[in-house]
Order: sequence, then structure tokens, then C-alpha cells
Amino acid sequence: MKVIVPVKRVPDTAGEKKMDPNDRTLDRDAGEAVLCPVNEFAIEEAVRLKEQQGAEVTVLLVGPENAQPILRKALSYGLDAAIQVTDDAISGSDALGTARVIAKALEGQEFDLVIFGNQSTDARTCLVPAAVAELLNLPSLTYARHLEVDGDKVVVHREHEEGWDVVESSLPAIVSVVEAINEPRYPSFKGIMAAKSKPLTVSSLADLGVDPEQVGSNAATATMYEFAERPPKEAGTVVEDDGSGAAAAALADWMAEKKFV
Amino acid sequence: MAEMLVLIDHTDGHPRKVSTQMLTAAKRLADAAGDTVAAVWLGEGAADVADTLGAFGAAKLYHWDSADAQGYVTLPQVEALQAALEVSGADTLLFSSSNHVKDVAARLAIRADAGVITDVTDLESVDGALSATKEVFGGDVITKCKVADGKLAMFGVGANAFVAEESGGGSPELVALEVTLSESATATKVTAVEKQASADRPDIGEAAIVVSGGRGLGEEAGFKLIEELADVLGAGVGASRAATDAGWYPHRYQIGQTGRTISPTLYLGSGISGAIQHRAGMQTSQNVVAINKDAEAPIFQIADFGVVGDLYQVVPKLVEELKARKG
Repeated sequence: MKVIVPVKRVPDTAGEKKMDPNDRTLDRDAGEAVLCPVNEFAIEEAVRLKEQQGAEVTVLLVGPENAQPILRKALSYGLDAAIQVTDDAISGSDALGTARVIAKALEGQEFDLVIFGNQSTDARTCLVPAAVAELLNLPSLTYARHLEVDGDKVVVHREHEEGWDVVESSLPAIVSVVEAINEPRYPSFKGIMAAKSKPLTVSSLADLGVDPEQVGSNAATATMYEFAERPPKEAGTVVEDDGSGAAAAALADWMAEKKFV
Repeated sequence: MAEMLVLIDHTDGHPRKVSTQMLTAAKRLADAAGDTVAAVWLGEGAADVADTLGAFGAAKLYHWDSADAQGYVTLPQVEALQAALEVSGADTLLFSSSNHVKDVAARLAIRADAGVITDVTDLESVDGALSATKEVFGGDVITKCKVADGKLAMFGVGANAFVAEESGGGSPELVALEVTLSESATATKVTAVEKQASADRPDIGEAAIVVSGGRGLGEEAGFKLIEELADVLGAGVGASRAATDAGWYPHRYQIGQTGRTISPTLYLGSGISGAIQHRAGMQTSQNVVAINKDAEAPIFQIADFGVVGDLYQVVPKLVEELKARKG
């Protein structure tokens, strides 16, 4: 079985995020960049398929050349190979443009299963996995809180607001996972050392046969034309509980005044 | 006169709150442009909800009365929407920015070469085109976005972005959609549906009030107290990642950057420090209340009302006080 895990380089949530006023994109060099935390659940699930069913796992990243440490980090969990797609023309792509690049990169690979994280921690649109599935005319089994591969069949417990649906399709298929699915392990020292010598293939848009006009900011179907930082919030009332119950009463008064009761 | 389409998000035969909120917004925008609003209902039971949808602004109701809409994953709904777009000629589609519907939007956008903007918190008409407000980076940055000219414009509307208001419309005109599913549309089958949520509590995505608990509860049993407070207020119950990771509460109630993003009128957090990852899921709440024994907890920086104290002392007293005020 061949599994591909697409990953993303995102700004560290705790770090400073700065928008570039010139092209209105995130200034990706302003803060520290990390492997998207949601990808760790996808990687863990792939590693389990490797351990249990001998899957061969490749990690795929679309992003600038300096994102390679992210791929090495992903490899350190015990994955077998890495593919990077990098091209200046990709910059400014919206979710659908990114999906087009990922789909093209997948087209040139053999795979049974593609495991995404359900969302990235920066953009959080959740659009990419289903868009990639559509471009490849494959089933999309998303928001998996449980995943089973049995022969040429995949079964997913697809999380929703009230619980989950049990859904199944044949392989190959595109899945995305939510963090409830597993508890990711840490990379081992051996894994970190081995990651340095795992094969890494770098492709450009031309290598994949993607027309640069189809991606990037010029091809974006949705564009942001204005942005502002959220104004800081005014300090509210803070009371200390002295054990008399006065604080709870003051809060209840405030809630009543605001008509929450 | 053009039509603006609104895909109704529904569960158990009832429209979710976001659906009537979307209809209200669509009606306001359509009225201003001299257009009309048409709702799209995929699945059985359209006739039972037609009047409700009409009251919130739908002049027409496209419906596909087929169990296939929910019996297979995503694609049947995509193909029914393609049929609706073809009959209607609409160039704008509003959908609920919830996870499963986003999949429908993503696949439809590829097929229809559309532009999609998700998690929209406001819509306005600017120079004859719709402009969407969308908050990014956990609400730190507020952006305005547009879909490229000439494309089908799809807007994913977040719950509570708009206030639902009836506009006095009568029964909408019912139009049955003719849908012939492709082979791939039935490739991913739903074999079982597992419902675990309490029917008595609203979903945190659409609840007006959300009460949540975190690490400070110390144990799973602490959520009994959180639920008691929630039920006095008719609120939904949420949790921080620390609490869901500890297994004290199910993951689908997790509020934060890797869980749900909510915008209730009131968010009340107990035993939650308010790490940036949690704030990314709730800082667009209109009012924030925090109960935490650590006066330095970052949640107090965004709290409209904060109580520094032991939640096991404060919350039971708060429940008592609220019950007394309810009479």
C-alpha cells in the first residue's frame, strides 16, 4: 500500500503574524514557521499503516525552498520519502489554486490513500482535501476520527456536530483526519538522524506540467482587497471572589443586565 | 432580475439556525439589488419547511426529495446544486460554513470554476459586487474579500454572523430539481449514523450562549458542573483542548484553532487560561466571561467580566444566583 501525506508550513500560532501591506499576503518570514500541528495526526495515522500493513509513506509539501526543514521534520516520524513542489509562481494561490498544484503532484505518483489534516492552523478553510479529490475524481472521506483500511476498502468515522457518520469507499481515496483520531508520538532520535538521508525530490510547476497562469495570485478566484488588525479590547470588570458569594452575585447581576437570563 | 441561492443546512428535517440567518442576509442584499432569494433543500422533507423558509425571505424553494442526498457523501449534493444553478442561472450561492458543507462547496467550486470565501462574518454590496468580511489568524486580522469578476461567487457563512428575522413572506414557489447522479456520486456510502449529542443542548456552533470548561476543572466530573450552568442558561457546552485531550469531554466540543470556531453572544469559560490556541476559536464572541483562579491568566485580557476565584466555589453560587433571577 502506498500512502501520501500532504503537509503545510504554517506560522507558529504563538508567534507574531504580520501582513505584508504590498501584496496583502502573510509575511511568512516575519515569525517562526512550523509543520502544521494538524498534519501530525495525519502523519501518525500513516505511520500506523506503515507499522500494521507495511505501507510506504511519502510526504508532500507545496511551498518555498526554505520550507525543506518542515519536510525533514515530517520524515523524522519515520516516513520513507519526500516530495517538494516549489515555484515562485505559486505564491499568492488561494485554496483552490493550492489544491490544483497538490492534485497535479499526486497525479504523477502511485498511491492508494492520501491523508490530509482536516484544516491548516493558519487559513482554516478546510477546502483543500475535497477540492483535490474533485480534481482527481476520487472519493473524499473527510474529518476522520477513525480510519480503517481493509484490502481495497477504506472506512472512516466522519465527525460532525452531533457525532459521526460511518462512511466507506474503495481505494484509491482522499481522506482528512481530525485530532481526535490519535495521539501523535514524538520523533525518535533514530528517526531524526534517518530523516537527513531520506530521498527528497524537488519539482517545479513545469516538471508537473502546470500552467503558471492557473495558479498564484493572478489566478486566485477569491482575493482579499483590504485588511485591518483587530482593535484591542477594552479592559472589562474583574472581581475577586472572597468566599462570600458576592463575586458570583455581581456576575449574575451583570448577566441579567445584559439580558442573558 | 437575478436569483441569489441559499443552500439550507439542515439536520433531522429542521433547518439549522445558520440557514434562517443566511436567508435574512440574502433577502436584505437581494432587495437592495432588485433580486430575489431562492432556497435549496437537498434531501427529504422540503414541503414541511417551505413556509418557514418563505417567512425568512425565500421566494422560491428548489428541492431534491431524495434520500441519496444524505445516503452518500458530498457528491450527490454537489450534483443537485449543479442542477439548481443551471435552472436558476444564479451567480451567487450562500452556504453554511460548517465542515461537511464546506466539502460540498469545494467540489462544486472546482466543477463550476467558482470563487469561494469561507467563514464569512458579514456581506455587503460594494460597487455592485458582494464583499465578504472574513477574520483570519484566529480573529487577529479582519479582512475584506471579493470573488473574481465573472465567476460564480460562493460565500460560506458562519453561524451567528447574522441575526435571523422574518420578513413576512408567504409560501415559496416549490421547484423540484431533476438530478441524474453520476457514477462517482454514489462511490462513497454512509453505512451508519452515530448521534451522540444531547438533544436538549444547542450545538456550540450556533448557540447564543456557550459555557466551557478547561484544565482548571481538574477532572472529568467537573463537566457536570459546567453542564448544570449551561442548562440554566440554555447554553451549549464547549471545552478547551486540554480538557478534550485529557478525555474529559468529546473532541467535537473542542473550541480552538484545531477545533471549532464559535461566535456566540456570550462565552463563559471556567478553568480556562485562554492560551492563544483557544482564543483563536472564541475571541470573536460578543461578550466574554472568565472564571479562573489565576489572576494572570490571559483570558482576563479579553474578558468583559472576570472572576478571580476557585470555580468550584464560584460556579455553584452562580448557578444559584441565576436560578433565583429566573424565578
